[in-house]
Amino acid sequence: MALDRSEVEKIAHLARLHVSDAEAEEVTTRITDILALIDQMQSVNTDNVEPLAHPTDAVQRLREDKVTAEINRDELQKLAPKSQDGLYLVPKVMD
Amino acid sequence: MEWETVIGLEVHVSLSTQSKLFSGSSTKFGAEPNTQANIFDAALPGTLPVFNKDALRMAVRFGVGIGAEIGKRSVFDRKNYFYPDLPKGYQVTQLDYPTVGKGSLTVVLSDGREKEIGVTRAHIEENAGKSLHEDYHGMSGIDLNRAGEPLLEIVSEPEISNAEEAVAYLKKLHTIIRYLDISDAIMAQGSMRCDVNVSIRRVGDTELGTRTEIKNINSFRFVEKAIHSEVQRQQELIEDGGRVIQETRRYNADRDETTPMRSKEVANDYRYFPEPDLLPIVIDDAYIEAIRADLPELPDAKKQRFVEEFKLSDYDAGVLASSRELAEYFELVAKQTGDAKLAANWVSGDLQALLNKNSWEVADCPIQAERLASLISRIKDDTISGKIAKTVFETMIEDASSVDDIIEAKGLKQVTDSGEIEKLVDDVIANNPDQVQQFKEGKEQVIGFLVGQAMQLSKGKANPGQVNALLKDKMK
Amino acid sequence: MIEKTVAELSAALAAGDISSVELTQTYLNRIGQLNSELNAFITVCEDSAMQQANAADTARAGGDSGALLGIPIAHKDIFCTEGVLTTCGSRMLHNFVSPYNATVVERLNSAGVVTLGKTNMDEFAMGSSNETSFFGDVRNPWDTKRVPGGSSGGSAAAVAADLCAMATGTDTGGSIRQPAAFCGITGFKPSYGRVSRWGMVAFASSLDQAGPLTKSAEDAALMLNAIAGLDEKDSTSIDTPTDDYTAGLNNSLEGLKIGIPRQHFAEGLNSEVEQSIRDALKEYEKLGATIKEIDLPNNHLSVSAYYVVAPAEASANLSRFDGVRYGYRCEDPVDLEDMYKRSRSEGFGDEVKRRILVGTYALSAGFYDAYYRKAQKIRRLIKNDFDEAFKEVDVIIGPTSPHTAFELGSKSDPVAMYLEDIYTIAVNLAGLPGISVPAGLVDGLPIGMHMVTNDFEESKLLNIAHKFQQSTDWHTRKPAIKTEEA
Repeated sequence: MALDRSEVEKIAHLARLHVSDAEAEEVTTRITDILALIDQMQSVNTDNVEPLAHPTDAVQRLREDKVTAEINRDELQKLAPKSQDGLYLVPKVMD
Repeated sequence: MEWETVIGLEVHVSLSTQSKLFSGSSTKFGAEPNTQANIFDAALPGTLPVFNKDALRMAVRFGVGIGAEIGKRSVFDRKNYFYPDLPKGYQVTQLDYPTVGKGSLTVVLSDGREKEIGVTRAHIEENAGKSLHEDYHGMSGIDLNRAGEPLLEIVSEPEISNAEEAVAYLKKLHTIIRYLDISDAIMAQGSMRCDVNVSIRRVGDTELGTRTEIKNINSFRFVEKAIHSEVQRQQELIEDGGRVIQETRRYNADRDETTPMRSKEVANDYRYFPEPDLLPIVIDDAYIEAIRADLPELPDAKKQRFVEEFKLSDYDAGVLASSRELAEYFELVAKQTGDAKLAANWVSGDLQALLNKNSWEVADCPIQAERLASLISRIKDDTISGKIAKTVFETMIEDASSVDDIIEAKGLKQVTDSGEIEKLVDDVIANNPDQVQQFKEGKEQVIGFLVGQAMQLSKGKANPGQVNALLKDKMK
Repeated sequence: MIEKTVAELSAALAAGDISSVELTQTYLNRIGQLNSELNAFITVCEDSAMQQANAADTARAGGDSGALLGIPIAHKDIFCTEGVLTTCGSRMLHNFVSPYNATVVERLNSAGVVTLGKTNMDEFAMGSSNETSFFGDVRNPWDTKRVPGGSSGGSAAAVAADLCAMATGTDTGGSIRQPAAFCGITGFKPSYGRVSRWGMVAFASSLDQAGPLTKSAEDAALMLNAIAGLDEKDSTSIDTPTDDYTAGLNNSLEGLKIGIPRQHFAEGLNSEVEQSIRDALKEYEKLGATIKEIDLPNNHLSVSAYYVVAPAEASANLSRFDGVRYGYRCEDPVDLEDMYKRSRSEGFGDEVKRRILVGTYALSAGFYDAYYRKAQKIRRLIKNDFDEAFKEVDVIIGPTSPHTAFELGSKSDPVAMYLEDIYTIAVNLAGLPGISVPAGLVDGLPIGMHMVTNDFEESKLLNIAHKFQQSTDWHTRKPAIKTEEA
């Protein structure tokens, strides 16, 4: 399936990526090529095939409901680009 | 033009686990920011989720409690969107295979009519953190303490026709959740929140109109007001030739109106797919049956039993059964006093009023069941009158002493000594010759006035039955 | 000494022929000499390595033993290491000092290893040549104009050039096995779920698996002994008993049934590579194995399906890199959206962004069924093919890669690069264990032989690989590294 530039922009927005004008053409071509590779699988009929989400057929283990976390807030916040008063700071959130 | 309203509710309930849905961080309310967000909650690279056993138990308990289908194989999915309070950039939820499937609730409306409202599903998901909008040099602060707390999202069928039904459904849900002890479900604290989907259509239309979703309403009253205001807005819009657009709105209580939420409008393509870091949750019949065996008596059954066992009216039984704590309180009082009717009157009357006035939970109330039962027992054994009991009740709020001590200390004990009563009666007869004359002429209802005078004279302590009998005797 | 296997070094340490401190110092010296040429390490931990070596020697003096005690190791920079920079080959994490250890790291630490440093890799493990790293290309020790393969290229080059005794890697579509093949070493991907993924920066959660890059199959068994087994922190870690993986290494291969997939000996395979593999198969016949051709009819769809599943999972896994809590944030964002978009566009390289876009597209409204769901169905078909094959044979053998290491910069087309993994990818989709062992040289460049057994049959696979290495010496061949000073 060939993509056009506006579709690439829509996806890029969903993924919060910026595609500059300079990159747009190449990105569009590359992704179109990759989709062509992917589309090879359309040649096979899979009507009655059960999807496989995971290689193992194991089931989810359950954790006891206990507080076990040791939290060093200062250590974690040292990793943050911007923090204050124990909070992570980001540009103003509008809702 | 005749309109009808179609409402569906999505209710988020915080499950009352000790630790988060997928991490060992505490869920305690009110901690310092980010002191309950560990490396998983802050979505550090390489961290992975492990599912909390009790979150599953509580979800299934809810499902069994409302008689819903239980998903024996439920699957977590990722719902992808960017928001600073969503650290992983996706919320883990259940899309196609929720833990709880179809069920229903029955609500009683103010006209006494019962209505069954379908529950489409209830799925387990994680909560987001909080964005604090106080100004940090023009920036917002992010607190992840709430991020990853377990939620049960309960989705109703679009079978609710008006605000009254919506509130009745919510209250019923609230009652059941509290009975099941799976959440505090305190709307003011956010442990129960409600999103309302509203659309309107012309009476007779079969297709649903375009709906709007009013997000995060946090009180029963606001749910009612938000629905009224949104329905009116949609009607006026359509009648003026406009069209309702599908969007997310917020209810502004100060202005009593709904307004569109800007941030949620764009690009709501959530790209759900099965969460590969978690495997399917598989449960068997034995698991479900063990949970069923552990269920408490639920409100409908309790109400029915109150009617049958205690001969209460439907209404009284309904009021008492609407809260597990209140119902348990009532039963204790009823059993201890042997007078269910009197117990019901006191619990649904004075006690309920006291709780409401102070916004107390039953557990907060300074008058616990045993004390109220002693008070009622003293009415029944004629130690005090019903009227004096009200005074004692008021005192009991402040004074933790026993009922008997309070009666003793305040000298409220009913006067039953026949000598004292005779003296009272003689005084009343002497002081009210006109009324005595009237009585003697056959106007018997004047006895009430005379008894009242005697009671007043005794400061309420005289036994009214005795006074009455003696008065009649002496005026013959 | 440094060219020796872990098994040999372990014996030398036990015998007191050498101390861990001496061994560690020798490796650190060699890293000092060669890393500028090979660029195999992003971070070298000289001080802590010497401390750990000292501690290992002290422990040994105190009576401790253990196959890995005092053995110097390098970790792929995808594993979180407490107090040590963990970049995943990306600008996004160029300043990320992990506050915790991956389970793999923790378990190896408990076994007493000495961590020399963190190895270079394709950014977020997305690549087959190690050219997508923010920290520059890694060069192949056999020919520094060539790529080492990827994404665990730094680990493979480091082991091949004797910059360490062993290394960790991760394999999502061939990222341990293909660089092992290109660098002439042993690279082992265990069954999905055998080794914990906790602390391993996720690329594609249902495909990623950690494993050893070593100088022999025996060493891989020693490493697997340390890292395998249930981890409560990883829900996908499987509660299946682990073996002593060294116990069965010398089992007889008499009666072993080898399947060779027609699809792996078809068009596109370099004829000299093919000849080397066929020669290797003759060795197995000498060891008592029988060989039959088998079919993996859906194998040709594995790359297509993989490039839906892996990017889709990656598109979500990489959403956490948003510039809020750690890692790269752009300068002076004007608003929230600007912060997200510029931080991510500046923090991620082109290949990572491409895969995020492809994955986002595959999951987006209207395309889910045609792409993601379809790929999961193909995944089922691929797994079924293996299930059928293993009814008839014990092991499937073929080439790891269609050719030997290619030159840096020679594959600029992403799709051509993706097809590099044509023989290895299906194994990840099916979750099976796979190993690449050296099986020849063409024009002075190593060739890898790829072997696959059924789920959780790691012991059998290591036995099969070890017996080959007992009767051949390809795994002992060393590159003559031409450094600029030399």
